[in-house]
Amino acid sequence: MDFINSHILTLMTFLPVAGGAIILMMPSGRDNHIKTIAAVASFLPVLLAVQLWFLYDRTVAGVNVASQFQFVEHYTWIPSINVEYFMGADGISMPMIMLTTIVSFLAVVGSWGIEKQIKGYMTLILLLETGMMGVFASLDFFLFYVFWEVMLLPMYFLIGIWGGPRREYAAIKFFLYTLLGSVLMLLVMLALYFNTTNPETGGHTFNMLHYMQQATHNAWLKGFDIRILMFLGLFIGFAIKVPLFPFHTWLPDAHVEAPTAISVILAGILLKMGTYGLMRISFPIFPDVTKWFVIPMAVLGAINIVYGALCAMAQSDLKKLVAYSSISHMGFCLLGMAALTPAGMIGAAFQMFSHGMITSMLFFLVGVVYDRAHHRDIDGFGGLGAVVPVYTFFITVAFFASLGLPGFSGFIAEAMVFLGSFGVFRTIVMISASGIIIVAAFHLWALQRIFLGPLNPKYAQLEEINAREIFCLAPLALMTLFLGVYPMPVLNLMSASLNHLVDVVKMVI
Amino acid sequence: MVLGNLASLVYFLPELAVTATILLLVVLHVVLKNRRSPAAALLALLGTGTALLFAWMTPSGAGMGLFEGMVLLDGFAVFFKVLTALATAIVIFMSIDCAELAERTQAEYYIFLLSVLLGMFLLSSASDIVMVYLALELVSIPSYLLAGYFKGKGSSTEASMKYVVYGATASGVMIYGFSLLYGMTGSTQISEIGRVLAMGAAPLPASLAAGMVTVGFGYKIAAVPFHMWSPDVYEGAPTPVTAFLSVGPKAAGFAVLVRFFYTVFASPEDAGGIWKLSSSVDWTFLFSVLSAVTMTVGNLLAVNQKNVKRLLAYSSIAHAGYMLMGFVLLTAVGLKAILFYLVVYLFMNLGAFYVVVLVANGSRSEDISDFSGLGSRAPVAAVSLAIFLFALTGIPPFSGFIGKVYLFAEVINRGVYWLALVAALNSVISLYYYARIVKVMFLEDPTQSGELPVAFVPRVMLGILVVPTLLLGIYWEPVIRVAEASVKILTN
Repeated sequence: MDFINSHILTLMTFLPVAGGAIILMMPSGRDNHIKTIAAVASFLPVLLAVQLWFLYDRTVAGVNVASQFQFVEHYTWIPSINVEYFMGADGISMPMIMLTTIVSFLAVVGSWGIEKQIKGYMTLILLLETGMMGVFASLDFFLFYVFWEVMLLPMYFLIGIWGGPRREYAAIKFFLYTLLGSVLMLLVMLALYFNTTNPETGGHTFNMLHYMQQATHNAWLKGFDIRILMFLGLFIGFAIKVPLFPFHTWLPDAHVEAPTAISVILAGILLKMGTYGLMRISFPIFPDVTKWFVIPMAVLGAINIVYGALCAMAQSDLKKLVAYSSISHMGFCLLGMAALTPAGMIGAAFQMFSHGMITSMLFFLVGVVYDRAHHRDIDGFGGLGAVVPVYTFFITVAFFASLGLPGFSGFIAEAMVFLGSFGVFRTIVMISASGIIIVAAFHLWALQRIFLGPLNPKYAQLEEINAREIFCLAPLALMTLFLGVYPMPVLNLMSASLNHLVDVVKMVI
Repeated sequence: MVLGNLASLVYFLPELAVTATILLLVVLHVVLKNRRSPAAALLALLGTGTALLFAWMTPSGAGMGLFEGMVLLDGFAVFFKVLTALATAIVIFMSIDCAELAERTQAEYYIFLLSVLLGMFLLSSASDIVMVYLALELVSIPSYLLAGYFKGKGSSTEASMKYVVYGATASGVMIYGFSLLYGMTGSTQISEIGRVLAMGAAPLPASLAAGMVTVGFGYKIAAVPFHMWSPDVYEGAPTPVTAFLSVGPKAAGFAVLVRFFYTVFASPEDAGGIWKLSSSVDWTFLFSVLSAVTMTVGNLLAVNQKNVKRLLAYSSIAHAGYMLMGFVLLTAVGLKAILFYLVVYLFMNLGAFYVVVLVANGSRSEDISDFSGLGSRAPVAAVSLAIFLFALTGIPPFSGFIGKVYLFAEVINRGVYWLALVAALNSVISLYYYARIVKVMFLEDPTQSGELPVAFVPRVMLGILVVPTLLLGIYWEPVIRVAEASVKILTN
């Protein structure tokens, strides 16, 4: 038990890929064994996440204080350039780690129906989980970058091999966009490395927490123009991942072509890495530039909210609609973060968590209907409510959660974002608020076209949602509902860190 | 310490082993006539292995001048001897597995191959400009023959012809530069030239000489604009030869480039300026442009290639551009990055070519469409090739990424940010065409039916190439230490 507790983040990160290795060594054809191993390998991290939940001390902040990180594992990896294996968790990463384990496990279970090359599929999805966990747990920039990139390969193959008709185009577009963002991040990382000194050893360092101590920066790195450039380099890297307008065009393609479970992971976790990166890296390392850049960030957030919603409204493909609604919802995260108020920051982080659950539900649900009807054209259905009542129930819950109905977690998050940011930039928030109406409009309109009205006779025999699919949806729906009524469990988890993050940025002159 | 001719022989064992093997192969050739026999390949392998072993065990202390100072035996030379011998050994395995060569493989093929190896040994240790020239020609002339090895094939002959013409021109220009240096300093010893130039040389002839020498070396490493020969040669030559040319002579070219420029034109780092010639011309900037242009042209031309061999040829030009990034500042740290990159490049590039050989064995061409559906036809080969290609792109957790990090690092450390940015964007471009091969292998259905059998030996060889490509991406400390030590010997 001691071993587990002291290496809990490492175990959570590498158990999935270990499962993947076992699968790889199995003879193909034993699909059920492969699925079972994958499920176990992704369920063990969920158990560990529960353990993490109970052990986590909610009173300390972390962010830039090394001593306050929990579950820390700190080893030397490459001594000659001071690369370290440095993992730890604080209130910024905790909710994301939780979310990753849950969504990944559900995605594995949700992939039960995959028939084509299940062995490769499960190996890749487990590798992907390792990459995601690693990103959220790393505190060494080099390690963070390696995990960040490790995700690209499985994602490329998962979209490219198991995706829809235009999968090749979508996969390479995703790959090129993200790689473009990452190489900029790499350059910034190296520039940071050479222009900071580790106060303990006097050498250069990849330790993010050292970068956050402004005293470690040398004269060159203190120049404001340089800092702006470096901030922008990181920002573009993260913005592509979020994705922020105008870097968002890869997302609809990737989402539409990806298989259901991969869309779930993509929207549920991968998008959050962009905003997580801003909170974890950009804000604390460059607090001064962050303050200088808040208005553009808020504007970009508002554009995302309104533009994403308008695009979603124009879609006739249900999956594309959900994809664009993700763009809209991620705009709230940015708006909340830009406000630099505790409420805004916590709202943004809570939105990341809440949207992770809601959008996962939505993509699962889209997958359910696509598996049966083999198309996703909103106008191609009609009156399904009478045929598949259980399915209709779930999708209604998910849609209402997504459009921000009070009682669901999305409402709390968006309300906090607005509360936190209204005092800071009124006009931008008022424009963003109009996005809420559009979001509500396209959700309700889609709901009406698919489930109400006269029944399309083609789908009179449509199969009802099955138990496995409900198994994937129910936990998410319950959590969304529970956190919508009582969000404190998650808010408590992150408030100390996010309050401190706001202070870190605000305090800088 | 400078040794006389006889005393030097003890320290010349790798070269002697190669020479002895070449002579034995000549005898074997006479005995075998035109009969095909595995004996030649095995003998070549044995000789290369012995040379590798001798090179590995050479005491690599401080530099030791052999043959009255014609060659310098130091850690730097040993590093490149091991590297080139290893490349040759892998290429011999590749040649054994290559069907198109099997029809013609005779002892003479391996004679040429090992002659190039001997040349590379000498090139990486040459410390006298006459020796540099001789070694360069010893690398070049058998290379021309290897490129034109398929006498009946038009493209092969064309490749050889082009290679000769470009090679002769480049050598001519280079030796003119050498003559200028000799005229200015009165010595053919590299270290002596450097010492005299340091006392104050006329900037114009010195710069002119540096430029001319760059042409010669630039041709060997296939840097733009001296790269014109390489796509045709790489496409026309037998695939194992292409693989060999893109790694071995390129590495040896970098060895002589680094040794020559570092000894002649670099000031000690603590003296402030790194390039001794920087007063008249901004050499860092010139080489930065050379590096940026090389990688950009290589990558852009690779984008539209339909032939995988040609595609890899252009990509290897781009990689020369990346490696030049470590050269532009002429600092020990940058040169160390080149050495490290050459190690990872050896494995990933030879690995990629190895798979091309295996695929071409079945289809008799290297068209990109021959790779379609390889993921299901030959999973081991396809996964290996994907790993090599992503490593070439520079994506973690593969070794190519670490190599690029070191190359980028020195450029960023010294403030040549634009070059780092160009290189970073080039990585993105390169992903596009590397991923295209991966795409046809895994995302498309096979155009040819049936499994592509991969025999046991190539499987093992692919494993031997894949393991370091993965391992050096995760733990590379020992290799970077060796590279560091090798460069340190050079700088003392």
